Amino acid sequence: MDFLESLLVGFVGIVVINNFVFTKFLGICPYLGVSGRLDMAFGMGCAVTFVTTLAGGLTWLIDTLFLVPFHLEVTRYVCYILVIAGAVQLVEMYLKKFFPPLYKSFGIFLPLITTNCVILGLCLFLNLWQVDNIVLALVLSFGAGIGFTVAICIMAGIREAMELADIPTCLAGAPIALITAGLLTLAFMGFSGMIR
Amino acid sequence: MSKENTMTVGQAFIGGVWTEIPVLRLMLGLCPTLAVTTSVKAGLTMGLCVIFVLICSNFVVSSMRHLLKPHLRIMIFTLTIAVFVTIADMYLKAFQPVMSEKLGPYIPLIIVNCIIICRAEACAAQNGLLVSVVDGFAMGLGFTIVLCFLASIREVLATGCITFSPTLVLTILKPVEAGGWFTPWASMLMPIGAFVTLGLMLAAVNQIAGKKS
Repeated sequence: MDFLESLLVGFVGIVVINNFVFTKFLGICPYLGVSGRLDMAFGMGCAVTFVTTLAGGLTWLIDTLFLVPFHLEVTRYVCYILVIAGAVQLVEMYLKKFFPPLYKSFGIFLPLITTNCVILGLCLFLNLWQVDNIVLALVLSFGAGIGFTVAICIMAGIREAMELADIPTCLAGAPIALITAGLLTLAFMGFSGMIR
Repeated sequence: MSKENTMTVGQAFIGGVWTEIPVLRLMLGLCPTLAVTTSVKAGLTMGLCVIFVLICSNFVVSSMRHLLKPHLRIMIFTLTIAVFVTIADMYLKAFQPVMSEKLGPYIPLIIVNCIIICRAEACAAQNGLLVSVVDGFAMGLGFTIVLCFLASIREVLATGCITFSPTLVLTILKPVEAGGWFTPWASMLMPIGAFVTLGLMLAAVNQIAGKKS
């Protein structure tokens, strides 16, 4: 029971309280770049969630089974980035084969998931937090992806509504998106302290 | 892959520090910009690491530009970058342990900093050694300038002074606790301070650049 509770606490914590986008500033580039339309944002979120779960689990396994026992920690970053690039390639091939329309609508953004900081950031944080079992590692990875999806969908919703607003020319585009993001972080700060 | 240079050394330098200044014009590399700018010293350390990695990765990518295969390109770039980031990370851990502790995972996250991949793809893979190295230096310099500028605004408004080391503290606005008049803005250290300050900086740059054209 304790184990289940720790999983639940970890999941809620990483989705709302330590949301990667709002508190750790990870994944800001796609967060501002792809959040123009709600359906694209949701698709992007799903792809990222899948890749984080896969990459988080795999890097945890590689870390505990190979790097630490053989004292190869120095190659950690190289291994992580290879795993992530491979996982993205896998998603790309899968989408191309089974969902061609979705694949076309993503275009350049799909390979760019490789350089999404959420994924590498999560792998590094799993290492930093010294997560000691695979189930917790998987739950946290999945939670990080869901957190990113929530953030990017909220942002896309707001930006769709903002298209009709009258914004000063120098603020139009990225500046107003950044300020909106700032206000959103303030809202999410209300959750801090919910779990210790 | 073309063998001729697409730009001159001068163009590369000006491009890096003004016309294509990474954060403000290209909107690349936002994550570290927002995360490490709580103090000037952290911003400067980050900037120097990025300059080092950019110069080295541009040098390597440019020297093997004739050997690159299109479908393996991105993989080669990220691996090259990862190697140099590991070197920078080990150097910081050995000689600047406090900074290394403070920056934490943001140093390894340089690997996925879009600026570096973007320069490898847009510049180093098409230009000669000299131009690529100058471009790497200029882009890194532009990035560092933006980081330091943003960090100094945030640090001064959040604490009233700029702290380089415990003995070297530059007081700009005297806070109330020290007998001055300035009430520090705690929110400047929080995420909202980062987002809003960067948003206003972008707006200012848009305004200046818009007037010229």
